[in-house]
Amino acid sequence: MSVPFIEFKNVIKTFRQQDKEFPVLKGIDLSIEEGDIFGIIGFSGAGKSTLIRCVNRLEKIDGGSIRVGNYDIENLSPPELNLYKQKIGIIFQQFNLLDSRTVFKNVSFPLEIVNKSKKEIKERVLELLELVDIVDKKDFYPGQLSGGQKQRVGIARALVNNPFVLLSDEATSALDPVSSLAVLDLLKNINKKLGLTIVLITHELDVVKYACNNVAILEEGKIVEKGKVRDIFLNPKSKTANLFININENFLRNDWADKGEGI
Amino acid sequence: METFILAFSKPVWEIVAPSILDTLYMTATATLITAVFGLICGLLLVVTDKDGLRPCRAFNAFFGGITNAVLSLPSMIVIILTLPISKLIIGITYGPKACIIALSVTCIPMFARLIETSLLEVSKGKIEAVKAMGAKDMDIILKVMVPEALPSLIRNFSVTIIALISVTAIAGSFGAGGLGDIAVRYGYQRFRSDILIAAVSTLLVLVEFIQITGAVWSKRILKKRHLI
Ligand SMILES: Nc1ncnc2c1ncn2[C@@H]1O[C@H](COP(=O)(O)OP(=O)(O)OP(=O)(O)O)[C@@H](O)[C@H]1O
Ligand SMILES: [Mg+2]
Repeated sequence: MSVPFIEFKNVIKTFRQQDKEFPVLKGIDLSIEEGDIFGIIGFSGAGKSTLIRCVNRLEKIDGGSIRVGNYDIENLSPPELNLYKQKIGIIFQQFNLLDSRTVFKNVSFPLEIVNKSKKEIKERVLELLELVDIVDKKDFYPGQLSGGQKQRVGIARALVNNPFVLLSDEATSALDPVSSLAVLDLLKNINKKLGLTIVLITHELDVVKYACNNVAILEEGKIVEKGKVRDIFLNPKSKTANLFININENFLRNDWADKGEGI
Repeated sequence: METFILAFSKPVWEIVAPSILDTLYMTATATLITAVFGLICGLLLVVTDKDGLRPCRAFNAFFGGITNAVLSLPSMIVIILTLPISKLIIGITYGPKACIIALSVTCIPMFARLIETSLLEVSKGKIEAVKAMGAKDMDIILKVMVPEALPSLIRNFSVTIIALISVTAIAGSFGAGGLGDIAVRYGYQRFRSDILIAAVSTLLVLVEFIQITGAVWSKRILKKRHLI
Protein backbone atom coordinates (compact mmCIF):
# COMPACT_ATOMS: atom_id res chain seq x y z
CA MET A 1 0.00 0.00 0.00
CA SER A 2 1.18 3.49 -0.78
CA VAL A 3 1.94 6.04 1.89
CA PRO A 4 -1.20 8.11 2.54
CA PHE A 5 -1.04 11.76 1.57
CA ILE A 6 -2.69 13.08 4.71
CA GLU A 7 -2.28 11.24 7.97
CA PHE A 8 -3.87 11.99 11.33
CA LYS A 9 -2.42 10.11 14.25
CA ASN A 10 -4.29 10.19 17.55
CA VAL A 11 -5.14 13.86 17.09
CA ILE A 12 -6.45 15.52 20.21
CA LYS A 13 -7.90 18.97 20.50
CA THR A 14 -9.32 20.40 23.70
CA PHE A 15 -10.77 23.87 24.07
CA ARG A 16 -10.35 25.57 27.40
CA GLN A 17 -12.70 28.18 28.68
CA GLN A 18 -11.98 29.61 32.10
CA ASP A 19 -11.19 26.46 34.09
CA LYS A 20 -13.34 24.08 32.11
CA GLU A 21 -12.03 21.77 29.42
CA PHE A 22 -14.03 20.86 26.34
CA PRO A 23 -12.51 17.92 24.49
CA VAL A 24 -13.56 18.30 20.86
CA LEU A 25 -11.27 15.90 19.00
CA LYS A 26 -10.64 12.77 21.05
CA GLY A 27 -7.96 10.83 19.24
CA ILE A 28 -8.53 11.00 15.51
CA ASP A 29 -6.77 8.42 13.33
CA LEU A 30 -7.31 8.91 9.64
CA SER A 31 -5.49 8.41 6.36
CA ILE A 32 -6.37 10.13 3.12
CA GLU A 33 -4.88 9.04 -0.18
CA GLU A 34 -3.53 11.45 -2.75
CA GLY A 35 -6.07 12.39 -5.41
CA ASP A 36 -9.02 11.21 -3.35
CA ILE A 37 -12.24 13.06 -2.64
CA PHE A 38 -12.61 12.25 1.00
CA GLY A 39 -15.77 13.07 2.92
CA ILE A 40 -16.04 13.69 6.63
CA ILE A 41 -19.61 13.60 7.74
CA GLY A 42 -21.09 14.23 11.16
CA PHE A 43 -23.83 16.03 13.00
CA SER A 44 -23.54 19.60 14.18
CA GLY A 45 -20.96 19.97 16.93
CA ALA A 46 -19.18 16.71 16.10
CA GLY A 47 -15.95 18.63 15.51
CA LYS A 48 -15.78 18.66 11.72
CA SER A 49 -14.81 22.30 11.38
CA THR A 50 -12.33 21.96 14.20
CA LEU A 51 -10.70 19.03 12.44
CA ILE A 52 -10.32 21.00 9.23
CA ARG A 53 -9.09 24.05 11.12
CA CYS A 54 -6.34 21.88 12.56
CA VAL A 55 -5.28 20.87 9.07
CA ASN A 56 -4.78 24.45 7.91
CA ARG A 57 -3.41 25.39 11.28
CA LEU A 58 -6.02 27.91 12.30
CA GLU A 59 -5.97 25.77 15.44
CA LYS A 60 -3.03 24.04 17.09
CA ILE A 61 -3.59 20.46 18.18
CA ASP A 62 -2.99 19.37 21.78
CA GLY A 63 -1.81 15.86 21.03
CA GLY A 64 -0.95 13.43 18.26
CA SER A 65 0.28 14.51 14.83
CA ILE A 66 -0.95 15.59 11.44
CA ARG A 67 1.14 15.05 8.34
CA VAL A 68 0.19 16.55 4.99
CA GLY A 69 2.48 15.57 2.12
CA ASN A 70 5.98 16.14 3.47
CA TYR A 71 4.83 18.58 6.10
CA ASP A 72 4.71 17.44 9.68
CA ILE A 73 2.58 20.43 10.47
CA GLU A 74 3.15 20.71 14.19
CA ASN A 75 6.88 21.11 13.70
CA LEU A 76 7.15 23.90 11.17
CA SER A 77 9.12 27.11 11.58
CA PRO A 78 7.04 30.27 11.04
CA PRO A 79 8.25 30.77 7.44
CA GLU A 80 7.67 27.09 6.65
CA LEU A 81 4.22 27.37 8.18
CA ASN A 82 3.36 30.31 5.94
CA LEU A 83 4.56 28.39 2.93
CA TYR A 84 2.48 25.42 4.04
CA LYS A 85 -0.65 27.53 4.45
CA GLN A 86 -0.22 28.88 0.96
CA LYS A 87 -0.33 25.30 -0.26
CA ILE A 88 -3.68 24.57 1.40
CA GLY A 89 -6.80 25.86 -0.30
CA ILE A 90 -10.04 26.19 1.61
CA ILE A 91 -13.62 27.09 0.77
CA PHE A 92 -16.32 27.95 3.27
CA GLN A 93 -20.05 27.77 3.75
CA GLN A 94 -20.19 31.56 4.03
CA PHE A 95 -17.79 32.03 1.09
CA ASN A 96 -15.80 34.69 3.00
CA LEU A 97 -15.04 36.75 -0.08
CA LEU A 98 -13.84 40.29 0.47
CA ASP A 99 -16.63 42.75 -0.29
CA SER A 100 -14.11 45.51 -0.95
CA ARG A 101 -12.61 43.64 -3.89
CA THR A 102 -13.88 42.64 -7.29
CA VAL A 103 -14.04 39.02 -8.33
CA PHE A 104 -10.67 39.39 -10.05
CA LYS A 105 -9.12 41.05 -7.02
CA ASN A 106 -10.51 38.41 -4.69
CA VAL A 107 -8.92 35.65 -6.69
CA SER A 108 -5.65 37.54 -7.00
CA PHE A 109 -5.36 38.10 -3.24
CA PRO A 110 -3.40 34.93 -2.43
CA LEU A 111 -0.92 35.82 -5.17
CA GLU A 112 -0.66 39.46 -4.13
CA ILE A 113 0.44 38.52 -0.65
CA VAL A 114 3.29 36.43 -1.99
CA ASN A 115 4.42 39.29 -4.22
CA LYS A 116 3.85 37.73 -7.62
CA SER A 117 4.29 40.06 -10.59
CA LYS A 118 1.26 41.84 -12.07
CA LYS A 119 1.58 39.96 -15.32
CA GLU A 120 1.85 36.60 -13.65
CA ILE A 121 -1.15 37.38 -11.44
CA LYS A 122 -3.29 38.41 -14.38
CA GLU A 123 -2.56 35.29 -16.39
CA ARG A 124 -3.11 32.95 -13.49
CA VAL A 125 -6.29 34.63 -12.25
CA LEU A 126 -7.88 34.61 -15.69
CA GLU A 127 -6.95 30.96 -16.07
CA LEU A 128 -8.76 30.16 -12.82
CA LEU A 129 -11.78 32.32 -13.61
CA GLU A 130 -12.04 30.38 -16.82
CA LEU A 131 -11.80 27.07 -14.99
CA VAL A 132 -14.73 27.99 -12.73
CA ASP A 133 -16.50 29.64 -15.65
CA ILE A 134 -16.95 33.13 -14.26
CA VAL A 135 -14.66 35.26 -16.44
CA ASP A 136 -17.55 37.46 -17.56
CA LYS A 137 -18.09 38.59 -13.98
CA LYS A 138 -14.48 39.42 -13.22
CA ASP A 139 -15.15 43.10 -12.50
CA PHE A 140 -18.24 42.43 -10.40
CA TYR A 141 -18.23 42.83 -6.65
CA PRO A 142 -19.30 39.86 -4.48
CA GLY A 143 -22.40 41.87 -3.60
CA GLN A 144 -23.53 41.40 -7.20
CA LEU A 145 -23.19 37.62 -7.27
CA SER A 146 -25.48 34.73 -6.40
CA GLY A 147 -24.41 32.19 -3.79
CA GLY A 148 -23.36 29.68 -6.41
CA GLN A 149 -21.29 32.26 -8.24
CA LYS A 150 -19.69 33.39 -4.99
CA GLN A 151 -18.68 29.84 -4.21
CA ARG A 152 -17.14 29.46 -7.65
CA VAL A 153 -15.08 32.57 -6.97
CA GLY A 154 -14.19 31.02 -3.60
CA ILE A 155 -12.98 27.91 -5.40
CA ALA A 156 -10.93 29.94 -7.86
CA ARG A 157 -9.36 31.81 -4.96
CA ALA A 158 -8.59 28.57 -3.16
CA LEU A 159 -6.91 27.08 -6.22
CA VAL A 160 -5.02 30.07 -7.56
CA ASN A 161 -1.86 29.30 -5.61
CA ASN A 162 -1.65 25.68 -6.81
CA PRO A 163 -2.52 24.03 -3.51
CA PHE A 164 -1.87 20.34 -2.96
CA VAL A 165 -5.05 19.95 -0.92
CA LEU A 166 -8.44 21.58 -1.14
CA LEU A 167 -10.46 21.69 2.06
CA SER A 168 -14.17 22.33 1.89
CA ASP A 169 -16.13 23.20 5.01
CA GLU A 170 -19.83 22.85 4.17
CA ALA A 171 -19.17 24.60 0.87
CA THR A 172 -22.59 23.73 -0.51
CA SER A 173 -24.68 24.08 2.63
CA ALA A 174 -25.79 27.63 1.91
CA LEU A 175 -26.71 26.88 -1.71
CA ASP A 176 -29.88 25.72 -3.38
CA PRO A 177 -29.84 22.14 -4.74
CA VAL A 178 -29.05 23.17 -8.31
CA SER A 179 -26.13 25.40 -7.35
CA SER A 180 -24.93 22.76 -4.89
CA LEU A 181 -24.81 20.20 -7.63
CA ALA A 182 -22.98 22.60 -9.93
CA VAL A 183 -20.38 23.29 -7.26
CA LEU A 184 -19.93 19.58 -6.51
CA ASP A 185 -19.57 18.86 -10.22
CA LEU A 186 -16.95 21.57 -10.41
CA LEU A 187 -15.05 20.03 -7.49
CA LYS A 188 -15.21 16.58 -9.06
CA ASN A 189 -14.03 18.02 -12.33
CA ILE A 190 -11.11 19.77 -10.67
CA ASN A 191 -10.23 16.60 -8.83
CA LYS A 192 -10.11 14.69 -12.10
CA LYS A 193 -8.36 17.37 -14.11
CA LEU A 194 -5.69 18.35 -11.59
CA GLY A 195 -5.57 15.19 -9.49
CA LEU A 196 -6.12 17.43 -6.50
CA THR A 197 -6.86 15.84 -3.13
CA ILE A 198 -10.12 17.18 -1.74
CA VAL A 199 -11.34 16.89 1.84
CA LEU A 200 -15.01 17.58 2.00
CA ILE A 201 -16.77 18.25 5.26
CA THR A 202 -20.51 18.10 5.35
CA HIS A 203 -23.59 17.18 7.29
CA GLU A 204 -25.43 16.17 4.13
CA LEU A 205 -25.46 12.54 3.19
CA ASP A 206 -26.26 13.33 -0.43
CA VAL A 207 -23.10 15.36 -0.79
CA VAL A 208 -20.98 12.44 0.34
CA LYS A 209 -22.84 10.00 -1.87
CA TYR A 210 -22.55 12.24 -4.87
CA ALA A 211 -19.00 13.47 -4.61
CA CYS A 212 -16.85 11.30 -2.35
CA ASN A 213 -15.00 8.03 -2.84
CA ASN A 214 -14.18 7.49 0.79
CA VAL A 215 -15.81 8.75 3.92
CA ALA A 216 -15.24 8.95 7.65
CA ILE A 217 -18.04 9.41 10.13
CA LEU A 218 -17.30 11.75 12.98
CA GLU A 219 -19.28 11.43 16.16
CA GLU A 220 -18.53 13.59 19.17
CA GLY A 221 -14.88 13.98 18.32
CA LYS A 222 -14.24 10.37 17.34
CA ILE A 223 -14.16 8.60 14.00
CA VAL A 224 -16.71 5.82 14.41
CA GLU A 225 -16.57 4.40 10.90
CA LYS A 226 -14.53 4.88 7.77
CA GLY A 227 -14.17 3.31 4.39
CA LYS A 228 -15.56 3.36 0.86
CA VAL A 229 -18.77 5.35 0.58
CA ARG A 230 -20.62 2.40 -0.96
CA ASP A 231 -19.57 -0.03 1.73
CA ILE A 232 -20.46 2.30 4.58
CA PHE A 233 -23.88 3.20 3.36
CA LEU A 234 -24.84 -0.26 2.15
CA ASN A 235 -23.76 -1.77 5.40
CA PRO A 236 -23.72 0.92 8.09
CA LYS A 237 -22.49 -0.17 11.50
CA SER A 238 -22.28 2.96 13.61
CA LYS A 239 -25.22 4.70 15.24
CA THR A 240 -24.51 7.93 13.38
CA ALA A 241 -24.29 6.26 9.97
CA ASN A 242 -27.62 4.55 10.56
CA LEU A 243 -29.16 7.76 11.76
CA PHE A 244 -27.96 9.62 8.69
CA ILE A 245 -29.40 7.00 6.38
CA ASN A 246 -32.70 6.76 8.24
CA ILE A 247 -33.21 10.48 8.40
CA ASN A 248 -32.41 10.79 4.75
CA GLU A 249 -34.86 8.08 3.75
CA ASN A 250 -37.64 9.02 6.13
CA PHE A 251 -37.70 12.68 5.37
CA LEU A 252 -39.68 12.37 2.20
CA ARG A 253 -41.86 9.50 3.30
CA ASN A 254 -42.93 11.10 6.59
CA ASP A 255 -43.57 14.36 4.90
CA TRP A 256 -46.04 12.74 2.52
CA ALA A 257 -47.51 10.58 5.25
CA ASP A 258 -48.13 13.64 7.40
CA LYS A 259 -49.96 15.38 4.64
CA GLY A 260 -51.94 12.26 3.81
CA GLU A 261 -53.19 12.01 7.36
CA GLY A 262 -54.20 15.62 7.23
CA ILE A 263 -52.23 16.71 10.28
CA MET B 1 -35.84 89.32 13.25
CA GLU B 2 -33.84 92.48 13.08
CA THR B 3 -30.88 90.88 14.83
CA PHE B 4 -31.19 87.99 12.48
CA ILE B 5 -30.82 90.28 9.46
CA LEU B 6 -28.05 92.13 11.22
CA ALA B 7 -26.26 88.84 11.70
CA PHE B 8 -25.55 88.76 8.00
CA SER B 9 -24.31 92.32 7.71
CA LYS B 10 -20.83 93.27 6.72
CA PRO B 11 -19.50 94.63 10.04
CA VAL B 12 -20.53 91.47 11.80
CA TRP B 13 -18.73 89.28 9.29
CA GLU B 14 -15.64 91.42 9.53
CA ILE B 15 -15.43 90.19 13.09
CA VAL B 16 -16.56 86.63 12.42
CA ALA B 17 -14.63 85.84 9.21
CA PRO B 18 -11.11 85.73 10.67
CA SER B 19 -12.31 83.42 13.41
CA ILE B 20 -13.62 81.03 10.77
CA LEU B 21 -10.10 80.68 9.51
CA ASP B 22 -8.88 80.06 13.04
CA THR B 23 -11.47 77.36 13.53
CA LEU B 24 -10.68 75.77 10.19
CA TYR B 25 -6.98 75.84 10.94
CA MET B 26 -7.45 74.27 14.37
CA THR B 27 -9.88 71.67 13.12
CA ALA B 28 -7.80 70.71 10.09
CA THR B 29 -4.55 70.35 11.98
CA ALA B 30 -6.10 68.53 14.90
CA THR B 31 -7.97 66.28 12.47
CA LEU B 32 -4.73 65.28 10.84
CA ILE B 33 -3.07 64.49 14.16
CA THR B 34 -6.15 62.72 15.46
CA ALA B 35 -6.46 60.66 12.29
CA VAL B 36 -2.89 59.40 12.46
CA PHE B 37 -2.70 58.69 16.19
CA GLY B 38 -6.33 57.60 16.48
CA LEU B 39 -5.81 55.07 13.71
CA ILE B 40 -2.66 53.75 15.34
CA CYS B 41 -4.34 53.52 18.75
CA GLY B 42 -7.48 51.96 17.31
CA LEU B 43 -5.43 49.34 15.46
CA LEU B 44 -3.42 48.60 18.59
CA LEU B 45 -6.65 48.02 20.49
CA VAL B 46 -8.02 45.67 17.83
CA VAL B 47 -4.79 43.78 17.21
CA THR B 48 -4.09 43.14 20.89
CA ASP B 49 -7.70 42.18 21.68
CA LYS B 50 -8.13 38.64 22.98
CA ASP B 51 -9.57 37.63 19.60
CA GLY B 52 -7.16 39.87 17.69
CA LEU B 53 -4.22 39.08 15.45
CA ARG B 54 -1.72 39.38 18.31
CA PRO B 55 -3.63 38.95 21.53
CA CYS B 56 -1.95 40.65 24.45
CA ARG B 57 -4.16 40.86 27.48
CA ALA B 58 -1.97 43.04 29.68
CA PHE B 59 -1.27 45.63 27.02
CA ASN B 60 -4.87 45.73 25.85
CA ALA B 61 -6.18 46.24 29.37
CA PHE B 62 -3.60 48.91 30.13
CA PHE B 63 -4.01 50.77 26.87
CA GLY B 64 -7.77 50.42 26.88
CA GLY B 65 -7.76 51.78 30.42
CA ILE B 66 -5.84 54.89 29.42
CA THR B 67 -8.13 55.36 26.46
CA ASN B 68 -11.20 55.15 28.63
CA ALA B 69 -9.71 57.45 31.23
CA VAL B 70 -9.02 60.24 28.74
CA LEU B 71 -12.35 59.57 27.05
CA SER B 72 -14.23 60.05 30.28
CA LEU B 73 -12.57 63.34 31.19
CA PRO B 74 -14.57 66.44 30.29
CA SER B 75 -12.84 68.18 27.39
CA MET B 76 -12.41 71.28 29.50
CA ILE B 77 -10.27 69.32 31.95
CA VAL B 78 -8.22 67.80 29.12
CA ILE B 79 -7.59 71.31 27.79
CA ILE B 80 -6.35 72.49 31.16
CA LEU B 81 -4.23 69.40 31.67
CA THR B 82 -2.57 69.65 28.26
CA LEU B 83 -1.70 73.33 28.47
CA PRO B 84 1.68 72.53 30.06
CA ILE B 85 2.39 70.11 27.19
CA SER B 86 1.60 72.85 24.70
CA LYS B 87 4.02 75.12 26.53
CA LEU B 88 6.66 72.44 26.38
CA ILE B 89 6.25 71.68 22.69
CA ILE B 90 5.15 74.96 21.12
CA GLY B 91 6.23 77.36 23.86
CA ILE B 92 2.86 79.12 24.23
CA THR B 93 -0.38 78.30 26.02
CA TYR B 94 -2.79 80.49 24.09
CA GLY B 95 -3.99 80.92 20.51
CA PRO B 96 -5.09 78.38 17.92
CA LYS B 97 -1.73 76.61 17.72
CA ALA B 98 -1.53 75.95 21.41
CA CYS B 99 -4.91 74.30 21.61
CA ILE B 100 -4.26 71.80 18.83
CA ILE B 101 -2.63 69.41 21.24
CA ALA B 102 -5.56 69.72 23.63
CA LEU B 103 -7.99 69.09 20.76
CA SER B 104 -6.12 66.06 19.55
CA VAL B 105 -5.72 64.55 22.99
CA THR B 106 -9.45 64.97 23.57
CA CYS B 107 -10.46 63.29 20.33
CA ILE B 108 -7.81 60.61 19.79
CA PRO B 109 -9.31 58.20 22.37
CA MET B 110 -12.76 58.69 20.92
CA PHE B 111 -11.57 58.10 17.38
CA ALA B 112 -9.57 55.09 18.54
CA ARG B 113 -12.67 53.51 20.08
CA LEU B 114 -14.74 54.30 16.99
CA ILE B 115 -12.11 52.72 14.77
CA GLU B 116 -12.09 49.72 17.04
CA THR B 117 -15.85 49.24 16.62
CA SER B 118 -15.59 49.68 12.86
CA LEU B 119 -12.79 47.15 12.51
CA LEU B 120 -14.49 44.63 14.79
CA GLU B 121 -17.43 44.66 12.39
CA VAL B 122 -15.29 42.90 9.78
CA SER B 123 -16.45 39.30 9.98
CA LYS B 124 -14.13 36.80 11.62
CA GLY B 125 -14.69 34.48 8.68
CA LYS B 126 -13.05 36.85 6.21
CA ILE B 127 -10.05 37.29 8.45
CA GLU B 128 -9.72 33.55 9.00
CA ALA B 129 -9.99 32.98 5.27
CA VAL B 130 -6.97 35.16 4.55
CA LYS B 131 -5.11 33.87 7.60
CA ALA B 132 -5.56 30.41 6.16
CA MET B 133 -3.87 31.61 2.96
CA GLY B 134 -0.79 32.48 4.97
CA ALA B 135 -1.33 36.25 4.88
CA LYS B 136 0.92 38.29 7.13
CA ASP B 137 -0.61 40.44 9.86
CA MET B 138 0.25 43.64 7.96
CA ASP B 139 -1.55 42.36 4.87
CA ILE B 140 -4.55 41.39 6.96
CA ILE B 141 -4.73 44.86 8.47
CA LEU B 142 -4.04 46.91 5.35
CA LYS B 143 -5.63 44.75 2.65
CA VAL B 144 -8.54 43.26 4.52
CA MET B 145 -9.59 44.95 7.75
CA VAL B 146 -9.21 48.59 6.72
CA PRO B 147 -10.69 48.28 3.19
CA GLU B 148 -13.57 46.09 4.38
CA ALA B 149 -14.42 48.54 7.16
CA LEU B 150 -13.84 51.65 5.05
CA PRO B 151 -17.44 52.90 4.77
CA SER B 152 -17.91 52.62 8.51
CA LEU B 153 -14.48 54.15 9.15
CA ILE B 154 -15.37 57.16 7.03
CA ARG B 155 -18.60 57.71 8.91
CA ASN B 156 -16.85 57.51 12.22
CA PHE B 157 -14.15 59.83 10.96
CA SER B 158 -16.72 62.48 10.18
CA VAL B 159 -18.23 62.04 13.63
CA THR B 160 -14.77 62.62 15.05
CA ILE B 161 -14.21 65.80 13.03
CA ILE B 162 -17.54 67.12 14.25
CA ALA B 163 -16.53 66.39 17.82
CA LEU B 164 -13.28 68.24 17.14
CA ILE B 165 -15.19 71.26 15.91
CA SER B 166 -17.28 71.30 19.04
CA VAL B 167 -14.19 71.05 21.20
CA THR B 168 -12.63 74.00 19.32
CA ALA B 169 -15.64 75.97 20.50
CA ILE B 170 -14.89 75.05 24.10
CA ALA B 171 -11.18 75.65 23.62
CA GLY B 172 -12.17 79.08 22.38
CA SER B 173 -12.91 80.18 25.90
CA PHE B 174 -9.35 79.25 26.88
CA GLY B 175 -7.88 81.74 24.48
CA ALA B 176 -7.74 79.46 21.48
CA GLY B 177 -9.67 81.88 19.28
CA GLY B 178 -12.03 80.69 16.60
CA LEU B 179 -15.79 80.75 16.26
CA GLY B 180 -16.49 79.47 19.74
CA ASP B 181 -14.38 82.22 21.20
CA ILE B 182 -16.22 84.90 19.20
CA ALA B 183 -19.59 83.46 20.15
CA VAL B 184 -18.75 83.54 23.84
CA ARG B 185 -16.91 86.86 23.96
CA TYR B 186 -19.27 88.92 21.82
CA GLY B 187 -22.48 87.02 21.93
CA TYR B 188 -22.55 86.02 25.54
CA GLN B 189 -20.44 88.57 27.36
CA ARG B 190 -21.43 91.66 25.33
CA PHE B 191 -24.95 90.65 24.37
CA ARG B 192 -24.21 90.91 20.65
CA SER B 193 -26.87 88.47 19.48
CA ASP B 194 -26.11 89.24 15.83
CA ILE B 195 -22.55 88.03 16.20
CA LEU B 196 -23.68 85.04 18.23
CA ILE B 197 -26.09 84.05 15.47
CA ALA B 198 -23.45 84.53 12.79
CA ALA B 199 -20.88 82.44 14.64
CA VAL B 200 -23.28 79.68 15.53
CA SER B 201 -24.78 79.40 12.05
CA THR B 202 -21.27 79.16 10.60
CA LEU B 203 -20.49 76.35 13.01
CA LEU B 204 -23.72 74.64 12.03
CA VAL B 205 -22.92 74.88 8.34
CA LEU B 206 -19.45 73.50 8.99
CA VAL B 207 -20.78 70.56 10.97
CA GLU B 208 -23.52 69.79 8.44
CA PHE B 209 -20.97 69.91 5.64
CA ILE B 210 -18.71 67.40 7.35
CA GLN B 211 -21.61 65.16 8.29
CA ILE B 212 -23.05 65.11 4.78
CA THR B 213 -19.69 64.64 3.12
CA GLY B 214 -18.97 61.64 5.33
CA ALA B 215 -22.38 60.11 4.79
CA VAL B 216 -22.34 60.58 1.02
CA TRP B 217 -18.81 59.28 0.62
CA SER B 218 -19.47 56.23 2.73
CA LYS B 219 -22.73 55.52 0.90
CA ARG B 220 -21.02 55.83 -2.45
CA ILE B 221 -18.53 53.13 -1.49
CA LEU B 222 -21.31 50.86 -0.26
CA LYS B 223 -23.17 51.41 -3.53
CA LYS B 224 -20.07 50.64 -5.55
CA ARG B 225 -19.71 47.37 -3.66
CA HIS B 226 -23.43 46.70 -4.07
CA LEU B 227 -23.89 46.33 -0.36
CA ILE B 228 -26.87 48.68 -0.29
N1 LIG C 1 -12.94 28.36 19.74
C1 LIG C 1 -13.70 27.48 20.44
N2 LIG C 1 -13.74 27.55 21.79
C2 LIG C 1 -14.48 26.66 22.50
N3 LIG C 1 -15.21 25.68 21.95
C3 LIG C 1 -15.20 25.56 20.61
C4 LIG C 1 -14.46 26.46 19.79
N4 LIG C 1 -14.65 26.11 18.50
C5 LIG C 1 -15.48 25.05 18.53
N5 LIG C 1 -15.81 24.72 19.79
C6 LIG C 1 -16.69 23.61 20.19
O1 LIG C 1 -16.26 22.45 19.55
C7 LIG C 1 -17.34 21.63 19.19
C8 LIG C 1 -17.23 21.26 17.73
O2 LIG C 1 -17.34 22.41 16.93
P1 LIG C 1 -17.19 22.39 15.35
O3 LIG C 1 -17.40 23.77 14.86
O4 LIG C 1 -15.93 21.72 14.99
O5 LIG C 1 -18.43 21.47 14.97
P2 LIG C 1 -18.95 21.08 13.52
O6 LIG C 1 -18.92 19.60 13.45
O7 LIG C 1 -18.20 21.82 12.49
O8 LIG C 1 -20.44 21.57 13.60
P3 LIG C 1 -21.34 22.29 12.45
O9 LIG C 1 -21.86 21.20 11.58
O10 LIG C 1 -22.44 22.93 13.24
O11 LIG C 1 -20.49 23.26 11.74
C9 LIG C 1 -18.59 22.42 19.52
O12 LIG C 1 -19.15 21.88 20.68
C10 LIG C 1 -18.12 23.82 19.75
O13 LIG C 1 -18.88 24.45 20.74
MG1 LIG D 1 -18.71 23.44 11.13
